[in-house]
Amino acid sequence: MDQTYQVAGMNDPATYLSWGWLSISLPNLIVIVLMVVLFVLAIVLPFPKDRDQS
Amino acid sequence: MTTTRPAADTTPSPPIPDSAESPMWTSRLRRAWLAKLPPDKLLPDRQPAYVASWIYVFGVLTLAAFLVIVVSGLALAFAGPAWYHTSSLGHFTNSLHFWSVQLFFVFMVIHLWGKFWMAAWRGRRAMTWITGVVAFLASIGTAFTGYLMQTNFDSQWISFEAKDGLNAVGIGAFFNVTNLGQVLLLHACLLPLVVGAIVVWHVLLVRRHGVVPPIDAVPVTQPADTIGDPEVPR
Amino acid sequence: MTTRHSKAGNGSDVALQEWRGPWRRYDIVKEGVIAVVVVSILTLLLAGIFSSPDEPQLTFQGWATSAPDNFYATAVQELAGTSESAGYGPPYNTAADGVAVGPIAPQQWFGVTHPVDPPNDFVLTPLRSQQQSADVTAALAAWDSATADQQISWASDYDSALTDAGGDLTQLAPGDYGPVPVLAQGLTDMATSGALDGVLTARGAFYQTDATPQILFLGDGSYLDDAATAAHLQGNTWGMMNETGSYPGQAWLWLYSFWYQIPTFNSDNPDDYLTSHADALIFYIMAVLSLALLLLPFIPGLRSIPRWIPIHRLIWRDYYRRQARP
Repeated sequence: MDQTYQVAGMNDPATYLSWGWLSISLPNLIVIVLMVVLFVLAIVLPFPKDRDQS
Repeated sequence: MTTTRPAADTTPSPPIPDSAESPMWTSRLRRAWLAKLPPDKLLPDRQPAYVASWIYVFGVLTLAAFLVIVVSGLALAFAGPAWYHTSSLGHFTNSLHFWSVQLFFVFMVIHLWGKFWMAAWRGRRAMTWITGVVAFLASIGTAFTGYLMQTNFDSQWISFEAKDGLNAVGIGAFFNVTNLGQVLLLHACLLPLVVGAIVVWHVLLVRRHGVVPPIDAVPVTQPADTIGDPEVPR
Repeated sequence: MTTRHSKAGNGSDVALQEWRGPWRRYDIVKEGVIAVVVVSILTLLLAGIFSSPDEPQLTFQGWATSAPDNFYATAVQELAGTSESAGYGPPYNTAADGVAVGPIAPQQWFGVTHPVDPPNDFVLTPLRSQQQSADVTAALAAWDSATADQQISWASDYDSALTDAGGDLTQLAPGDYGPVPVLAQGLTDMATSGALDGVLTARGAFYQTDATPQILFLGDGSYLDDAATAAHLQGNTWGMMNETGSYPGQAWLWLYSFWYQIPTFNSDNPDDYLTSHADALIFYIMAVLSLALLLLPFIPGLRSIPRWIPIHRLIWRDYYRRQARP
């Protein structure tokens, strides 16, 4: 199926990173790292103050 | 010929008990509901001042992702499970469904992490935590039936592998992952309703008990209207 | 400040009461609408840029065309009863007892609920359903008129001889294999022509939604397995988490997948208890862990982790700062 708007190579096999028995695909690693980054950012980034608070 | 308008009905009403004390089931249900979830709790326009962190948006982001999943899923359901193999629009709709599921789990797990580190089950909010975990597990099961429904190589392999785990614990006798018909109805009909019901319960519990206060929060000794009260004109 | 540990573990009456402290504005409807818009845009972008995976279905025609020797050998195994399906046990047949962990044997208790009879369902019935060449017709007649013992004897002898010959028919030891070679070739020809896919799917019916026999037969050979290995989907390479192509998979299955990586559950020795019972044991482990997550508020120690590792002091830093002010 021709997906003209598809980033080339999405159907090619993923890159796998292995350390011993640990093996993770790059896309999965990206998702997990992204989750950790989002979590940390969510906690440390300042939240807008309510207009009425000094 | 003259027509006369019918006279107004002036029959006196039978006495209806005051709804605040009525023993009628409807009145009782209404009173119980309004006691637990009055309108300003159900649709609040304020929340405690300590709810001030980006971590708090991940619950509603998860809900929003669930909505996109359902809408894209309805579109896929309307056209049948094989549509997306041969139609570009179908494949795009499938992509919407695929990525909204990825986002759903990303947001849900971050939401879970946040609630864990906040020990959000405190103050009799155990059921909120429990319904959340059940929703998480049910979502994993629902996603699993979705993967089984793909009618492509992935679903062939997943059904072939998954049958062993489920057969080993007897679940395979009732839930046949290689039966496309069963999987289809579970994924498109039964499980979304189950997840939806659990999520509604979860959200109503949050509305009812309010967002959990900080760990070691100090009991309030000063009245609420001195700091940041939106009612106080500035 | 004293800390009282209530039943819920993290002390303080404040959590039990209605909040009486300071408020801030909150527009719940606006928040919901913004969330839906943001997620919709994100989804549209991701779908537009990356699309989604859709590896085509494998077929019996594909199998017999690209790996005819393996298809042929599998057909023989089905007749001999040595294939994985033939020896599976419940819920498909009674050829084995199923997995039991001590006295817990639900696979056995619930019995055969989806009967599958590989020699007939996968080989003989499909052959009989089509008009066949004279030699296949004769082979079917020879099979049908033989005793069950004779059938098993022919098929298992041929299965062993084929295995010894490494699947190479030219290296085959001579022996009495009856009609088995012709039947296996007949089925291979049916598969190559594409007829087998239709026959196995329909199974004599008009409507069909149950793909159990096809999946079991397909999995008995190496065609499905090799495709899975190529796509990194095997259980002992974290396959449960993975997706075809370069797409993210079911990352949330990481813990379920984890146990299958442990050598104890994954040894080469099929007689090893932990390996042969891995599916059941791992399922029970995950059930216990899920229950622990569910009942976390009631588990002492676990429920106190947020207090010991005070990430909450970051989350509520404004609140704590204001409390510290005199």
